[in-house]
Parts: sequence; C-alpha cells; structure tokens
Amino acid sequence: MKFTLSWLKDHLETEAPLADILYALTDLGLEVEEVSDPAETLGAFRICRVIEAVQHPNADRLRVCRVETYPGGPGSAPVEVQVVCGAPNARTGLVGVFAPPGTHVPGTGVDLKPGVIRGVESNGMLCSERELELSDNHDGIIDLPADAPLGERFIDWRGLNDPMIYIKITPNRPDALGVRGVARDLAARGLGRLKPLDIAPVAGAFPSPVGVTIDPALKVKGCPLFAGRVIRGVRNGPSPDWLQQRLKAIGLRPISALVDITNFFTYDLNRPLHVFDAAKVKGGLRIHPATGGESLLALDGKTYSFAPGMMLISDDAGPESIAGIMGGEASGCTEATTDVFLESAYWDPITVATTGRALRINSDARYRFERGVDPAFTLPGLEAATRMILELCGGVPSEVVMDGAVPDTARAYRLDPARVQSLVGMEIPAETQRATLEALGFTLTGDMASPPSWRPDVLGEADLVEEVARIASLTNLVGQPMPRMRSGVAGPILTPLQGREKAARRTLAALGYNECVTYSFIDAGASALFGGGQEALRIENPISSEMTHMRPDLLPGLLQAAARNQARGFMDLALFEVGPAFQGGEPGEQHLQATGLLVGAAAARDPYGSRRPVDVYDAKADAEAVLAALGAPARMQVDRKVAPWWHPGRSGRMTLGPNVMVSYGELHPKVLKALDVKGPAVAFTVLVANVPLPKVKTATRPALALVSLQAVERDFAFVVDARVEALTLVNAAQGADKALIDSVRVFDQFTGDKAEAQMGAGKKSIALTVRLQPTEKTLTDEEIEAVSTKIVDKVAKATGGVLRG
Amino acid sequence: MDTLDTLRAKYLQGVAAAADEAALEDVRLAALGKKGEVSLKMRELGQMSPEQRLTAGPALNALKDELDAALRARKAALADAALDERLKAEWLDVTLPARPRPRGTIHPVSQVMEELTAIFADMGFAVAEGPQIESDWYNFDALNIPPEHPARQEHDTFFMARTAGDTRPPHVLRTHTSPVQIRAMTEKGAPIRVIAPGRVYRMDMDQTHAPMFHQVEGLAIDRNLSMANLKWVLEEFCRAFFEVPNVDLRFRASHFPFTEPSAEVDIRCSWAGGQLKIGEGDSWLEILGSGMVHPKVLKAAGVDPDQWQGFAFGMGIDRIAMLKYGIPDLRAFFDSDLRWLRHYGFAALDMPTVHGGLSR
Repeated sequence: MKFTLSWLKDHLETEAPLADILYALTDLGLEVEEVSDPAETLGAFRICRVIEAVQHPNADRLRVCRVETYPGGPGSAPVEVQVVCGAPNARTGLVGVFAPPGTHVPGTGVDLKPGVIRGVESNGMLCSERELELSDNHDGIIDLPADAPLGERFIDWRGLNDPMIYIKITPNRPDALGVRGVARDLAARGLGRLKPLDIAPVAGAFPSPVGVTIDPALKVKGCPLFAGRVIRGVRNGPSPDWLQQRLKAIGLRPISALVDITNFFTYDLNRPLHVFDAAKVKGGLRIHPATGGESLLALDGKTYSFAPGMMLISDDAGPESIAGIMGGEASGCTEATTDVFLESAYWDPITVATTGRALRINSDARYRFERGVDPAFTLPGLEAATRMILELCGGVPSEVVMDGAVPDTARAYRLDPARVQSLVGMEIPAETQRATLEALGFTLTGDMASPPSWRPDVLGEADLVEEVARIASLTNLVGQPMPRMRSGVAGPILTPLQGREKAARRTLAALGYNECVTYSFIDAGASALFGGGQEALRIENPISSEMTHMRPDLLPGLLQAAARNQARGFMDLALFEVGPAFQGGEPGEQHLQATGLLVGAAAARDPYGSRRPVDVYDAKADAEAVLAALGAPARMQVDRKVAPWWHPGRSGRMTLGPNVMVSYGELHPKVLKALDVKGPAVAFTVLVANVPLPKVKTATRPALALVSLQAVERDFAFVVDARVEALTLVNAAQGADKALIDSVRVFDQFTGDKAEAQMGAGKKSIALTVRLQPTEKTLTDEEIEAVSTKIVDKVAKATGGVLRG
Repeated sequence: MDTLDTLRAKYLQGVAAAADEAALEDVRLAALGKKGEVSLKMRELGQMSPEQRLTAGPALNALKDELDAALRARKAALADAALDERLKAEWLDVTLPARPRPRGTIHPVSQVMEELTAIFADMGFAVAEGPQIESDWYNFDALNIPPEHPARQEHDTFFMARTAGDTRPPHVLRTHTSPVQIRAMTEKGAPIRVIAPGRVYRMDMDQTHAPMFHQVEGLAIDRNLSMANLKWVLEEFCRAFFEVPNVDLRFRASHFPFTEPSAEVDIRCSWAGGQLKIGEGDSWLEILGSGMVHPKVLKAAGVDPDQWQGFAFGMGIDRIAMLKYGIPDLRAFFDSDLRWLRHYGFAALDMPTVHGGLSR
C-alpha cells in the first residue's frame, strides 16, 4: 500500500514530523517498507537569480554567471556565487535552481565540489530538470517565472515536497488498504485528528436506463449488494495535475479521468469501482454464476474462459466483467466515452478469492475484495465517486439503481479492561481502552463493543485486546519472568528417539563424517533408483525439476552431494545425514534415517601407505559404531536381503527378528553411474527407530564378574566352500560350549586363486581364534582338547568345513 | 693373603678392561666360573684347618662378592653404552605428517537446534515433533487460516499430488512448524511447554530464500501466561543464544492468524564495520514472529480457551544460525560443499550445554 504524506493529510490533521509518523506506522503493525522523501534528495536545491551572465573567456559554449543565492532561505541575506554554466538559456536575469557545493545531484550521481573550469572558478550548479530527475529535459537549465520566491526550496515551490510511504499490510487489515484507514490508526495513536468525511447523496436527474439484477443464489453468498448509476454527457480527457501526480507518486500510470477516479477511490477509501461505457452495454446488467464455457476479453488484454459457478456481470450480449476482479475490454471506457455506468458493489471475499485464484488474475480489485472492503460504504462510495466524476468530467447523473442490500455485519464483544492486563501484561486504564476503540470506529454500549463495518477481522474479545494493545504500543511491554512449571533442577526433556538422533549424529561426526543437510525433495529419476518416485510422493507444484518427489531414502541426496563435490575436485568423501525419509504421502509416513556414505579412498596418500579404497568393512564398522551408540544389542543376524540399489554380492543387512536395523555395503554400480559418482562408494543406512529401546530403564549396571583364572586362546583354520559365510563358522564354534567359550573371532581368511590351488577349487580358509574362559578351575590339556574337538565337529556339521592340514 | 690381593687386582682390572659382554663373560668364567681361580680357592677351604678357615673363608667370600658386584656394574655400563649406540642410530623424521585421522563436522543447523534445545530445556520446554507432509487442516484450518483466507496464498505452499479419485484436499509440505502446536496440545493438553524445531517448505528460491528451511516453534500454555512472559522468555533466549550480557527486544504489532495479539520482534543490533553485534547499536533486526495463541487455535486443539492461555513464537533456525555465526548465504546450507561443511561445521564433541556454554 503506497500513499504520499500530503494524501495522508487529506484525512489526517497533523503537525507530526514525518519520522514520527513512520515510527508510529511500523509500531501500529503497518510496517513501513520504503519511504522516498524528496526533501532528502532535493532539499538543498533553492531558487536563485542570475545577476549577470557573460561569455566565458576561454570557451565559446560556456558562460560565467554571477548568481544571487539565499542559503538561509527566503528573506535571508543573499550570497553572490560565481558559477560556470554551459546551458544555452543561461542569461542575465534568469530565475533558476541553484545547488551549492556539497550537494548530491541525483540525475548525474555527482557530489558537487568547487572547481575551476577552463581557468574560471565555479562554485555550484544551475540545474536542469533532468539533473533533479524531474523529467528528461536537459535542453537548458530550469527557467522559472520572474516572481518565483528567491531562496525558497524548489521542491516546496513546485509542490514536490511530498514523501511517498510504502507500507506492508497484513491480510487482516483491509481497512488500511485505503489512505483513510491508515489515517484513522494514526489518529487513534494520537498523531492527529481524523478529518470528517461527509458525503451528501447526489440527486439523480432521470431513472437509470441500465437496470441491475443479482441472481438469487448470489444474493445469499457472492454479491449481497450491487449499485450503480448512469452519468450522461461526460468528457473523458486526461485527469487534472493533482490527481495525476498522486497516482504517479504511488506508481500508477494516469490513463483517463474516469479510470483515474476509480483508481483514486481504490487507494483513497479502499472502495474499488468500475466504469462501463454505457453506450456499449446492451440491456441491463445481470450478476450471475457462469454456466461454464463463457469467455471474456478482459482489460488486461487476455481472454478468460469461465468454469461453472464463477461470478460474472453480463448484459444481453454476454459477459462484460469478471465480478470484483476485472472489467471487460469491450465495455471499457475510452476517450470517446460520453455516457458511463458507474458500479459500486460488495463482493463476497471467498467467492472473489476462489475465482481470482482459478483465473490467476491479480488485480487491485481482487486484492481488496478478497480481504474485505467496507460493505456499508458501497453506496456512500458510489455517491462520492459520482461527485468527483461530475466535478472533473461533467455530465448528468441518473438515479441510483441497485439490487440486494448491505449485508448485516453487526456484532458485539464484551470489553473486559482487565483482559488487557491478563493477556498482554500491560496496564491501560479502562477509559483509555474505550477511547482507543472509539477512535478506531467501534461503538461502545455498556461493556459491549461493536466493531465498525470496515473491520471484518475483529471477531472476538481477543481482537479487542489486540486493538487496545496495538494502539497503546507493544513497545511499552516489559518482560515478566515466567515461573518454572516445577521448581528446582530442570529435568531432561528429550524423548528416547530424539536422544538417539543426537547420538547418531555426534557418533558419525566423531568417526570423521561431515554432516550434510540435503533437500527433502529430489528428482524423479533419483527417486526411482531408490524405490521412490510413486505418485503419492510427488509434489504437485515443484519449484524445479530437480525437486519433484519426496525422498524415499537419504542416499540419493548424499550421492548427489558427493557428485557435486567430486566435480569440485574432492574425490574422497565421508558424508552423512540424519533426517527424515518418506515411505508414503500421508502425514506420518516418514521415518528417521542415519545414513553415512564413504567415497573414494579411506585416506589421502601419505608416506605410510594409508591410502586404500573404502570397502564394505569400513561401512560396516561405522554402522556398528552407530548401532552401539544407539544401544543396539551386540549380536544381530546378518542377511543379504538388501534393496536393489546395493551391490547384490557386497552388501547386507543387520536385523533383529523382523526388524531391519541397518543396511550396509557397496552401492550398485548402476546407481553410481546414474548419479555420476566416481570411484568405490560404500554406505550404510541405520533405521534409528527400529533399534529396540531397553526394556527396563535403570541406571544400575549388572555386577562385574571378574574371573582370576587364566583364559586360554586356541586358533583353528578351517577349509570351507568359498561362499560359506564366516558368521556361520563363528556361530557354530560359539555353540560348542556356551559356558566355556568367551568369544570367537575371525582373525584371517585365505581366498582366491592361491587358496584354491592349495585347498581345491571353490575352497577357502577361515581362521578363528577361540577364547576359553574357565570359571572354576584351570583347564587341563584334556579339557582343552575336548572343547577343541567339539568346536571342529560343530563347524564341520554347520559348514562341511574341515581343519586345514 | 697376598694371593687374594693379587687375584682382586687382576680380576678388577680384567672387569674394567672388558670391552664387551663377551670379554666380560670370559673374565667372569676365569674368576668365578666352575674352574675359575676364585672358585678353586673356595674349594681349598675344605682342606683347611678350622682356624685357617675362619679367616680365609670370609676373605674369600668378600672377594667373590666384590668381583660379582664389579661384573654386574660393568655389565650394566656396557648395556647402557650399547643402548646409547643403538639410540644414536635410531632416527626418524618427526616432521613427517601424522597418520591420517578424519575429522568430521556437525552441520550448523543441527548445532543451533541443539543450542535452542539446551536453552529452552532449561526453561522447561520439551521438544515436540510433527510430520513434514501435513494435512491442510493441521497446517492451515486448525491455525485459523480458513481455505480462502489470503494468508493461505501468501504461504507459497507445496502441495502433494492426489491420485485420481481421491477427493480429499491435497496434503501440503508444512509451511511452518506451527501445526506441531496443534498436535502437541491435542496429545498432551494443557499446561504445556514445547519447542518444535524442524524442516519447513515454501515455494521460494532466491539469494535469501530456499524452498526448504528450518523453523523452531515455541508454545507455552498455562493459566496466566501473558505477552509479558513471552517477552521475558524471548529476552532470556536471545541473551543466552547470542551469548551477550544484555539484549534489547522491541515488540511491533503485527498479524498472524493463529495468534492474537501478534507481534513481530526486533532485536537491537549494530552493523558497525559490517559486523553484526547483538545488544548494542541503533539498528533493529527482525528475528521472529510471536503472539498470544488465538482462542480458535486452542479450541481446535481441544484446549478450553476460557481456562488456558499462552503464547507461541516461531523463528528461522537457519537465519539465527547465519546471524550468530556470520554465515552469508542460506542456499549454501543445503549444497553440502565440503569446503563449506568444514568451514562452518562444528566438532563432534562441541556439544552445546547451558552449563558448559553454547559455543567455544
């Protein structure tokens, strides 16, 4: 919402300085976004007189002028200044505009300094209109009438000293979309007095030849009131200077008197109007829902087709206007228009919003009607506009023709002055509260306050409190300590899952991974690679083709991040993210993943040969570290039922019963190729919520059972089929004597061609070390031998393996 | 006795002259070995008369002990000398780089979320969560933003696709963390104090906007909470978060459909020298929106507005992270540029706490 200070003063009698007004606006909730104050840019330019202009001794085109200036303003002592000027109209006796040294000249961007031009001193500038950014005129310097007051600021004399103010209007304040509404807020704040607005009806000279009817269905919701009148014999030329200047100041282009008047009312009183060329209206006007299929060439030059139910104004020939949104080109006013039909209607906000959104038309009218204009002002607005048309364009008005009635918006809420104290925490006397509401147009009857018709946003007691507090200024609010809900030491607040999310994140960073936060939406192709891309995960209105689907997994985002980093020359990466992945499109169909990705080598080249490609066991180690940090049990099942984006032979899952806790391994080469990631890439995805929580939460640890007897370690090397899994051997060995065997660990494997040459085709060797921990007495050789035999038997039974000879 | 003195002198000299362990062993064998001279003398003791033995025995034993001690001392000295020699040869270039140890980092958003959590936990706020794909009821209607309300259009909402035949209004990507207010109150009732940090989504992308960013919602409902309590909570938060002794907040009237009265909150700051300083100067920086929870919102969440009242606020996590840590560009937060992650990231063990401080 834009307006100028002088426009504001049409409605507000005030002596307040601009700075105070601006502060109050922002403080009242009408946030000032921008101010352009000509006094700041053009305040230094004053009216001066050229005492004498003579030819420059060293330049044909320059003149040396003795200029009479008045730095102290009109009536102060004149100061003579010498200025070298190149303008052809610089002459003795010229009254013009002078800028002293130190002035910033907006049109040239130059800060004036005293100078010497071709050997002659020059101490300032005689300015052209272009130098003041008033017009493009640079043919000569500004040439004022001889009686222009010397010493006066040029902007004051020319009436340009009118700051433009641009404020942000929140959707609840349609009343502030008119200058008068803004003035009312300022008056309530105490920054002046709201000038009265008296609108006397204009008597009609004849019945309106254009009739209006509202479809009965729309009278209930859509268009409760439609009024208008014909004005015959108008002259639609350019509007007067003052009106053009106002519209220009707020960025509107003056078009013609009639159009400018409707624009003026839109901004002045938040009363959008429409003028039809009455000669082009065939028969009466009908406000009705579209049946579907109608179309109209609108004033923006575009043709719109209407769906059933959209609200239209039609004459006998068809649609002439999109109700409350935009008029039609065919019945619009032109310079040739002599008879007009002036429309003032109250359109239902929701109906206008729905149609406007569907048609994608953003007009001033829609913007205002969908926020809510003052329904009670429909007829006064029509009268005031009639008056201005008669004044500026002449003509003879008809009687008002209307259908419907002003909708009843009367309502009242109890004003409890104590509520301001209890809700806001500010003490404001009851009389002040009542006075504030009255200044805003509320009617107070006893302790009931009725909001004015222009405040559709006030819908309850809390709104009254808000108005009172807002006008009193929330700046005055003083913080009050909030007591703790229970006294003493604050308790822990994280849920177990929140604690685990944090543990996973900190563990991964400690393991050397860099945390990423990648977008929750990814492209369809990457989605599909990871089991996503379903319709349920699709975003209807994505912002780019890279962000069309909710991610089914964190890996695609991390792989794309890896590819971007590789493109920048970083080939070895350890990235992770802890965040949501989406398995469906319903609220709650998301789960927390902690995903790590290793790409390239495990370390940079160094003198110790640390560099080696990352492999599945790196990923597994880090996955296990995360699981340990989350409190997962030490022993889990491992299977190979991985999703298709993993390498089928080099990846696995760790599970606990039906719960998958982590998938880990190499990524499928096709996935890497599709996402443009180079080099080996291994990863793991921990499904944080699947890690079981401890059944009983207690801080107490089980007692530590220390055995003083010496443990014994025995090594076994087995020859097994190449595809027998080490875990099968470990589990079998473990099962040989659960009491005695403390741990079984794989300490070597021998595979490949050399192994097969030694042990036979399709064979490999796995070496286990078994730690035996006696609890009662030291083991004898015989006992050790017995356990060893059992271990060998168990492993043989489970895997067909034999001890390596 | 002369003989013993001679033996002593001879072998002590031998010990002293031994250049290495082998020579020393030769000396030991010659003196104390089975057939060594001293050992042979000891054997002669048996043939002596008791009187002779009484004097010769101790003398011989003394000689044996003395030689033994000299041998040991010399042995230790030789070992030390040998070790010294070895150590002289053992030299490594200690200026070579250490073995690689990767250094991971925590993303600023996560770090700041933990900072927020630490501060608000101290004031009794729990952490609530909600889904990011949200129904339009939770995201809008329950927050007093009816379907055709212009505020809904201003949210630049992402909508989820609807399969043909599904006539429900489309779900949205939550445009703010405010729907968590409704979910938390519905689940836990009043009184309640929660914050809800998390991802939010808006269709907006330029220098200062990303289509995804992070917000934290705060909600406190009790019998008598007022906007003055809200101001205090925010003052305390800002003071703790920005780690400055004092902050100055300014409440400006504003409008959010879900609060009434509503206020935008500015913080006093200075931009002197291009460096943001919170708590001093003459500039004001808008940092959050807040207000008293609208009675309709309480009702929508099943809380009786005649019994309970309280406040809510929402602020951008990325934004306050940028302000606190001097990070210039929002979009870089989500680009995962390794250089950025390393530069702006935090060490794994930099865990913000109220007692230990939020930042190093």
